[in-house]
Amino acid sequence: MLANTPAPPLLEVRDLCVSFTSRGQVIPIVENISFSIGDREILGLVGESGSGKSITAMALMGLIDAPGVHVTGSARFRGRDLLALPDRQLRALRGREVAMIFQDPMTAFTPVYTIGWQIDEQLRVHQRLSRRQARARTVELLGEMGVPDPANTANRYPHQLSGGLRQRAMIAMALSCNPSLLIADEPTTALDVTVQAQILELMRNLRTTYGSSVLLITHDMGVVAETCDSTLVLYSGRVAETGTTRDLFAHPQHPYTAALLASIPPMSGPRPDRLPAIPGGPPQPMERPVGCAFAPRCAHTHATCLPAPPPRFCTVGPGHTVACVLPAEGAPLPPRSGSSTSPVL
Amino acid sequence: MIMPLLRRLGQTVFVLFGISALVFTVFFATPGADPTARIAGRNAAPQTMEKVRKEYGFDRPLPVQYAIMMKKLFITRDLASYANRGELVVPEIMRAAPVTLSLVTGAAIIWVVLSIAMGVIAAAFKDSWIDRGLMILGLVGISIPVFWLGQVVNLITQNRYHDTWLFSWVPGLGYVPFSQSPSGWFLALVIPWCVLAVMFVGIYSRILRADLVAIMGEDFIRTARAKGLSPTRVLLRHGLRTALITFVSLFGMDFAQLVGGGALLTEVVFGLPGVGRLTYQALNSLDLPLIMATVMYSAVFVVLANALVDAAYLFLDPRVRDVG
Ligand SMILES: Nc1ncnc2c1ncn2[C@@H]1O[C@H](COP(=O)(O)OP(=O)(O)O)[C@@H](O)[C@H]1O
Ligand SMILES: [Mg+2]
Repeated sequence: MLANTPAPPLLEVRDLCVSFTSRGQVIPIVENISFSIGDREILGLVGESGSGKSITAMALMGLIDAPGVHVTGSARFRGRDLLALPDRQLRALRGREVAMIFQDPMTAFTPVYTIGWQIDEQLRVHQRLSRRQARARTVELLGEMGVPDPANTANRYPHQLSGGLRQRAMIAMALSCNPSLLIADEPTTALDVTVQAQILELMRNLRTTYGSSVLLITHDMGVVAETCDSTLVLYSGRVAETGTTRDLFAHPQHPYTAALLASIPPMSGPRPDRLPAIPGGPPQPMERPVGCAFAPRCAHTHATCLPAPPPRFCTVGPGHTVACVLPAEGAPLPPRSGSSTSPVL
Repeated sequence: MIMPLLRRLGQTVFVLFGISALVFTVFFATPGADPTARIAGRNAAPQTMEKVRKEYGFDRPLPVQYAIMMKKLFITRDLASYANRGELVVPEIMRAAPVTLSLVTGAAIIWVVLSIAMGVIAAAFKDSWIDRGLMILGLVGISIPVFWLGQVVNLITQNRYHDTWLFSWVPGLGYVPFSQSPSGWFLALVIPWCVLAVMFVGIYSRILRADLVAIMGEDFIRTARAKGLSPTRVLLRHGLRTALITFVSLFGMDFAQLVGGGALLTEVVFGLPGVGRLTYQALNSLDLPLIMATVMYSAVFVVLANALVDAAYLFLDPRVRDVG
């Protein structure tokens, strides 16, 4: 690769919109999302539940098949548009080039087959391997994911494993064909804190061991701080702010990002699942304001926030953009005082 | 895997004992009715009454009566029908059983194959006209009474159009043992099979379709799709395989109750001398030993089939294996 021609990013998403049609009414779920992921980069996609994170991931994988769904925009992955690929080609890519793991490892495996069978299956769909070769690779993968006694664990059924082990098996399955991009939808939400830390560690190491990039979806800023190179904050289906994790954490420019950061739960002890610092909840897609979606909950709301269209993106630093009127109006938020992202106890 | 099976076997024996005791109580230990008179039949001679009383031990305590009855049913098998001039009851059932078994097994094969095909196709084309068409067809199948269908089919194939090329192969009503002529056996049964299967095809295809549609919304199906599997593989290897758990448990119950006499109407309509028809005749002539024997026989069958289903369950659903 030549040093002076910037290589295109691994995945470049432009203006991704997803809408559902229900009873003749078009409901936009996700609006104009753009981001890119470079080689070996971990991008965090953060937002409260209902903000459209899963829908975004599913749209990229071509997994939304509800009737009345409309997906527009482009998602160029290695020069091919994932959103425009014919089914068959997308299927060949799914699981091999782009893999996905899901929030709840309890229900993500088919209950009637062993873990090993299910990993073998994925290997054999994408690669010409004999049963024996596939199983050998499966056992090797499980071992690499830190599953104890991988040969025997491969012969166990999903319900016989703990949540942490199941998520490791899930990651092993996702990585079985060496995908260049791993989409992880809240991979640690259903796990307890110690297991969560182990899984995040595993994900951080993927870049070096597997050379994979990761799109890490979470609602937990603490997870982002520990894991991600860059961060994209989603609010009610729209991008609120995006930038490198360091910039964004040191100097959040969107009041929503700032509020999220103020409410990072402690890394140990019980985690509150509501955000204590922001009163109210995000609007339902149908009731989304025409202007800034965060305006009803924002302490800085004023007249320019309310009319359509929503605030345009404002670049506040290299790769750091924010959908808020404050920086443009010359009144940016002050940098965070204690910009440490470590446990606040 | 072995322990749950053994435990299940123990339960089965216990349940069989419970049922036999219950049936015995209902027939012979109901207060105010003399079982002797019931067995001997209406207006029996005093000598016959005396003979029956001795033979069945009705002058002895209840547990002894129970033991004698079970011995006559299962060990010496010499329980005789007085209403039917001393005909031995157990061999009569043993002659009827293969007929019923042939009828029900053939129908079961048809209904399993057809309902799986219909259910899977309907689920694969959910909400399309194919789906709607198949499900309406299923509903029609469920709504047609089997005796009516049987009569109509008989009318067409035996009388009205019997001499056309289409139905000239249809033999007269009745049963041909397999050992006597396999092709005769097949021809005699193929129409009853289809008629008996119709309702079950309707029920099972609708249940399977609903089950599959629900399962296709599960997380593990999303995982299977994310792995890059083809839609067919996702539907069959992941969806259908999981749906079979419910399917098999339903199947076991229906199969058991049919073999235990539930195919009565089909047997009567097609003149098949099976267990259902035997029960029907026994009830008509108030032949108590025969009723007792058929009831016991069907109870045994239902319980055994149930145990078999549970074994299949252990095989199909790994989650049950551990709980056992
Ligand atoms: N099939 C659907 N039909 C209509 N709305 C949906 C559907 N699936 C999800 N949504 C809506 O999309 C929004 C985003 O959902 P989701 O992506 O699951 O959020 P997140 O993963 O961020 O918690 C939610 O408000 C939800 O109500
Ligand atoms: Mg989600």
